[in-house]
Amino acid sequence: MSDQAPRYYVPHTSYWPIIGAVSLFVTAFGTATFIHESTEFVGAQTEYGEWVFYTGLVMIACMMFGWFRDVVSESVRGMMSGLMDVSYRQSMAWFIVSEVFFFAAFFGALFYARLVSVPWLAGAGNNLWTHTLLHPDFADTWPLFLTPDGTTTEIMGAWGLPFINTLILVTSSVTVTFAHWALKKRDRIVAGAWLALSVGLGIAFLVLQVVEYLHAFDELGLTLGSGIYGSTFFMLTGFHGAHVTMGTIMLTVMLFRIFSGHFAPENHFAFEATSWYWHFVDVVWLFLFTFVYWF
Amino acid sequence: MVAHAEHIPHRSGLAAFLSRWLLTTNHKEIGSLYLWFAFLMFFIGGALAMGIRLELFIPGIQLIAPGFYNQLVTMHGLIMVFGAVMPAFVGLANWQIPLMIGAPDMALPRLNNFSFWILPFAFSILLSSFFMEGGAPNFGWTFYAPLSTTYGPDSTDFFVFGVHLMGISSVLGAINIMVTIFNLRTPGMTLMQMPLFVWTWLITAFLLITAIPVLAGAVTMVLTDRHFGTSFFSADGGGDPVLFQHIFWFFGHPEVYIMILPGFGIASQIIPTFARKKLFGYNSMVYATVSIAFLSYVVWGHHMFATGMPLAAELFFMFCTMLIAVPTGVKVFNWVATMWRGSMTFETPMLFAIAFVILFTIGGFSGLMLAMVPADFQYHDTYFVVAHFHYVLYPGAIFGTMAAVYYWLPKWSGHMVDEWWGKLHFWTAITFVNLTFFPMHFSGLAGMPRRIVDYSHQFQDFNLISSFGAMGLGLTQVLFLFIVIKTIRGGEPATDKVWESAEGLEWTIPSPAPLHTFETPPPWPISETEAHEGAA
Repeated sequence: MSDQAPRYYVPHTSYWPIIGAVSLFVTAFGTATFIHESTEFVGAQTEYGEWVFYTGLVMIACMMFGWFRDVVSESVRGMMSGLMDVSYRQSMAWFIVSEVFFFAAFFGALFYARLVSVPWLAGAGNNLWTHTLLHPDFADTWPLFLTPDGTTTEIMGAWGLPFINTLILVTSSVTVTFAHWALKKRDRIVAGAWLALSVGLGIAFLVLQVVEYLHAFDELGLTLGSGIYGSTFFMLTGFHGAHVTMGTIMLTVMLFRIFSGHFAPENHFAFEATSWYWHFVDVVWLFLFTFVYWF
Repeated sequence: MVAHAEHIPHRSGLAAFLSRWLLTTNHKEIGSLYLWFAFLMFFIGGALAMGIRLELFIPGIQLIAPGFYNQLVTMHGLIMVFGAVMPAFVGLANWQIPLMIGAPDMALPRLNNFSFWILPFAFSILLSSFFMEGGAPNFGWTFYAPLSTTYGPDSTDFFVFGVHLMGISSVLGAINIMVTIFNLRTPGMTLMQMPLFVWTWLITAFLLITAIPVLAGAVTMVLTDRHFGTSFFSADGGGDPVLFQHIFWFFGHPEVYIMILPGFGIASQIIPTFARKKLFGYNSMVYATVSIAFLSYVVWGHHMFATGMPLAAELFFMFCTMLIAVPTGVKVFNWVATMWRGSMTFETPMLFAIAFVILFTIGGFSGLMLAMVPADFQYHDTYFVVAHFHYVLYPGAIFGTMAAVYYWLPKWSGHMVDEWWGKLHFWTAITFVNLTFFPMHFSGLAGMPRRIVDYSHQFQDFNLISSFGAMGLGLTQVLFLFIVIKTIRGGEPATDKVWESAEGLEWTIPSPAPLHTFETPPPWPISETEAHEGAA
């Protein structure tokens, strides 16, 4: 009966999901408490939130390490059927779709600010009276360097660090593809070299991003509090940077797995999923560069 | 043939109980967990609603302080939407989708367990906010800025992270359902042969994957506006409080369909069984579902007609909203046409399904009234809106869930539901649901605002009837709990097929369904001779 039917691996009971749920709870509780304790907004007396938060992060990292280790060992032992592989591929694709919509919320805020709220505050449409009575001196500019309440900031240019970062990230997408081609030819050394270069480029991007943020804080006076321009700038580039960090960690794990001989030319889904994620992060950056920095 | 890992731990007592339910990867056990969790949340959310209705029994402020009333309204909405309706549908999906498509389990069983166990933690965070300084969130389940940003209580931050956890749970659950449907159908079953419950869940999963991350973005912006100095929702910094509503309702309108599409699927399963006819217009049902989902992305502005949007935008959202009546009308027509000249019998699931069709349609009609911009200026934020969405949610989503439980409980438990008790539940529920929510149409049209602890004397009669109905409705659901427990504990044994003319793979396995089913993909299409060989 097993000769014609496709096999599907249904895993035994696992500790990782419940550990994951507890970790998420600890992290969520810790983050909220930490935020309460570190702002004057709330008269919090406690001081444990920060440590609860870090504990939660460590727990999540351990959970992910353990859970993925189980899945890797199942894969290495050959328990994954072709059908499992398709399940994993589809799940990763849908996960990336959900990420796209997370960024869409912030891009939506950016476009709304640029096309609607800032022009309206400056009197566009039928808002002349609002403008005249509330903020008669407010002008519609983008990037918005002077907010209705008088906060000012300088503008982050596009053709300095951001452009170099664009080149770095696009190059890293190419090097990941070269690594993939080498992997398909069973050329572990070459694949590892290209992947190591990709990891290096990812780290370079992150370092330059930190330099750019310091430049923004220290010299431009551009912060989260600089009105809607600073809000959208930092939230979009910040969440993107968090995703690059995650992607760099994933690429690093893949580097170790290549040298552990986990991947075969026909079976290396984890690598492909990571490269999908990396390309996704790259595409988000291209949109960021275009709409946050350039135009 | 499915590979199962060999070492199943042998324990006894509490350890066995905990390790079974905490660590399970079985879709039936996780489905039961979801359903029981939703049931618990349904009673908690219901208790809050009882508080609201007790206060509104007569004008004036009797029992509940205005601030606490706002907390009750907020938490009632959040718990019912995210804690009761959505987990109940996910529970039904967990139980039924693998059985209906001939799959051995969900595609990602461990992820399935993860999705469920996030929920109790998320709701612990949310419910614990009642005991925090400043009380629970009090800005309504829609948490409009600046109520949640500038004026939100301290617990708003815990609310934000609670919503993040629920969101993670929903997205992971939806990915799992999506992949199961695309990848684990028994060989030969094409998409256009899937049962409609599976189809509607496929679309629902798509809506969840795309809408919930936008909600995550919205709560994140609320958090940063509160604590990190951003100005997304503050005009002082060039943002706009109305931007919040745009982002929220871009999530919120697909969310409305997330809470009703599986109900459509359930009605489409039950009505053909008890009308003893094939579903009328299967293809058009599928296309209507897809159209509704597509339209749900371009109608969010109809929640915001009163915010002063440009006229062109109001017209666009008005016409798109009215367009939804077309595919919805197709569905209602098909259900009625399925019953037309059928050999109808009226067992409890069928009664709930018929009530679903009729009362949901009433909610749909009041939705059309609200879709008209000039009329909405009058209805906005009145009890008419409350009546509208309770008609689509209570006799829609919740009656749909109850119909599903009555329909499939014999398969899950192996016992038939006692029809006398089931019918008693149905007739009391349908009486009280109308007694509760129908008068709200009138008080709303007469101008009674929603979300206010007190009201003017001319609304007293309608509110008295509503409150009386609500108390009855609350008691009725205790009856439902009693019936479910009674059926699980015993009763007339159910046959494999349970209902005389039920069709589908779930009726080819024994009742109660064994823990592991369809370890070998069942033959498809089902033929009479093979019908009872699919069981494991």
